[in-house]
Amino acid sequence: MTTNIVDVHDVVRTFGEVKALDGMSLSFEPGIIYGLLGPNGAGKTTLIRVLATLLKPTSGSATVAGIDVVADPDAVRTRIGLAGQFAAVDAYQTGRENVEMVGRLYNLSKREARRRTDEVLERIDLMDAADRQVKTYSGGMRRRLDLAASMVGRPEVLFLDEPTAGIDPRSRLDIWSLIEDLVERGTTILLTTQYLDEADQLAARIGVIDRGTMIAEGTADELKDMVGGSVVQLTVPQEKQSTVVGLLRSVSGDEPTIDQSNGRMSIPASSAQTLLTVARKLEEASITPDDIGLRKPTLDDVFLSITGHAAEVGEAGPKRPARSRE
Amino acid sequence: MTALTASDAETTITSPLGRMLRDIGVITKRNVLRNVRLPQLLLFATIQPVMFLLLFNYVFGGSIGRAPQLAQFGSYINWLVPGIIIQTATFGSSQTAVGLTEDLQAGVIDRFRSLPMARSAVLAGRTISDLIRNAFVSGLMLTVGALIGFRYQTSFLQLVFAFLIAMGFAFSFSWVMAAVGLAVKDTETAQTASFIPLFPLVFASSVFVSVESLPDWLRVFADHQPVTVMANAMRGLMLGEAALPAGTTVGGTVTASLVWIAVILLIFFPLSVRLYRRAAG
Ligand SMILES: Nc1ncnc2c1ncn2[C@@H]1O[C@H](COP(=O)(O)OP(=O)(O)OP(=O)(O)O)[C@@H](O)[C@H]1O
Ligand SMILES: [Mg+2]
Repeated sequence: MTTNIVDVHDVVRTFGEVKALDGMSLSFEPGIIYGLLGPNGAGKTTLIRVLATLLKPTSGSATVAGIDVVADPDAVRTRIGLAGQFAAVDAYQTGRENVEMVGRLYNLSKREARRRTDEVLERIDLMDAADRQVKTYSGGMRRRLDLAASMVGRPEVLFLDEPTAGIDPRSRLDIWSLIEDLVERGTTILLTTQYLDEADQLAARIGVIDRGTMIAEGTADELKDMVGGSVVQLTVPQEKQSTVVGLLRSVSGDEPTIDQSNGRMSIPASSAQTLLTVARKLEEASITPDDIGLRKPTLDDVFLSITGHAAEVGEAGPKRPARSRE
Repeated sequence: MTALTASDAETTITSPLGRMLRDIGVITKRNVLRNVRLPQLLLFATIQPVMFLLLFNYVFGGSIGRAPQLAQFGSYINWLVPGIIIQTATFGSSQTAVGLTEDLQAGVIDRFRSLPMARSAVLAGRTISDLIRNAFVSGLMLTVGALIGFRYQTSFLQLVFAFLIAMGFAFSFSWVMAAVGLAVKDTETAQTASFIPLFPLVFASSVFVSVESLPDWLRVFADHQPVTVMANAMRGLMLGEAALPAGTTVGGTVTASLVWIAVILLIFFPLSVRLYRRAAG
């Protein structure tokens, strides 16, 4: 027996030539938010689809709540909720009708579905728009409605595929607090994201995936230690570059990282003091940078430090659904 | 009535059959709502066949209708209405492919497949809601036909039976279209792909003309293919045996039409359900 709520063991999933998942393993305990971090094409959506019983693995095994996703998908479906990468709500139904319909399909009675619909719409702050057709909703509202629909069955495990992609910063905070709220009530959440700060903010554990495999795993702090926290980043006029490289080396004691595409240089910064030191040295050398700043680590930095190369964006990228009449 | 326990109040139905019917009902309602909320969909689904009916009657009616085999039914409109109803119903069923691919592309099917709902409900809800729309449009065609001179020559009961055959065929053909939609997965492709079975079936048939005028090689196909069989069965029921090709009886064609409907369903229902389960694959 296992106490892990999600257990993925050496899963491979191919699409023709493409290995979307290539020996993926992942397990975590109930009651937490697990964040899957990876660039376009890393296999995040494919993994979610395998766990949500939409896709059979080519090989390997996966269980959710102790139930094998291939052997007993029906049983898995009673325990899970899914909010896919693109909001799957009907434009011509009202917000309330959309959520209630999903509630009914979780085998709730009419009355119970209605009661819970009110409850989740209230929580997700869509009560005012509940009786409007979804075609009048903004992108952020649709996204929230999609989340509401995934919650109405009160699933034990919720799969959220890039829940804040394409959403303005304010709505993003709303969704974050909603997700935190859900976990406090005992739901387990597996979410995918391309943003380190999102995983950092929400997830108790983070898995970094690339080309269908897990390349690093740990708490946000552990990952940040790996990356080395913030960086000082600057660009200078072309002719000063070699001077500045030497200058940066003297500050950090190591080669600075240089982005060849735009000449941007960066060194690890233990604190804001590093920025001040660099600025002072530039001034002493009478070099005025085009741009300088202290930057928090991003997914790219994680990749750079783990794999030694920047995240390569998958060829296919996200498959945007053709929006039907809205 | 039995007393409700707390959990009964939350999750009502326990029998698999009951749950399946409820799920089909929920999905059907969702699809029907779309037709009601987007009345322009229904409007254009209606205008085109009505236009066909009027054009064929007034433009071609004069020349085609005077062909000796057709002239014997009095007016061409009597010949035309049963045919055009089956034509409309057959074309209408291609909406099943379109609707399913739209749901696939919007990710709605993913959501449904992740829910603990009956496996057949998404497809059944789709084909049933398309049947409802088809019945509405075909009923309207019958009404417009009556307004411009169509008169059935038999009993009202036989008229109703003829209508039910058209709907039975539309329903079975929706399952063919469901398979097409699930196989191609993309709306534009589904639209063009559905014409491949539709055009030969509808035009190499007795829908508009008598198949007696067709070249021999084509006639073999035209005589036996389902749309001709449906059109003949409907004509037999609406107009009497005189409307049928020599040597055929009303009972015979009606039986043949029911066999076709059953065969199509027996093949395409399981095929579509299978494709649906693998839809994301
Ligand atoms: N149905 C499919 N058919 C063919 N290839 C697919 C299919 N689904 C995914 N892939 C491929 O598998 C790889 C992983 O895709 P996946 O959608 O899982 O990535 P992702 O991490 O979710 O990316 P994104 O951040 O862009 O959403 C990609 O190369 C993609 O092109
Ligand atoms: Mg994805």
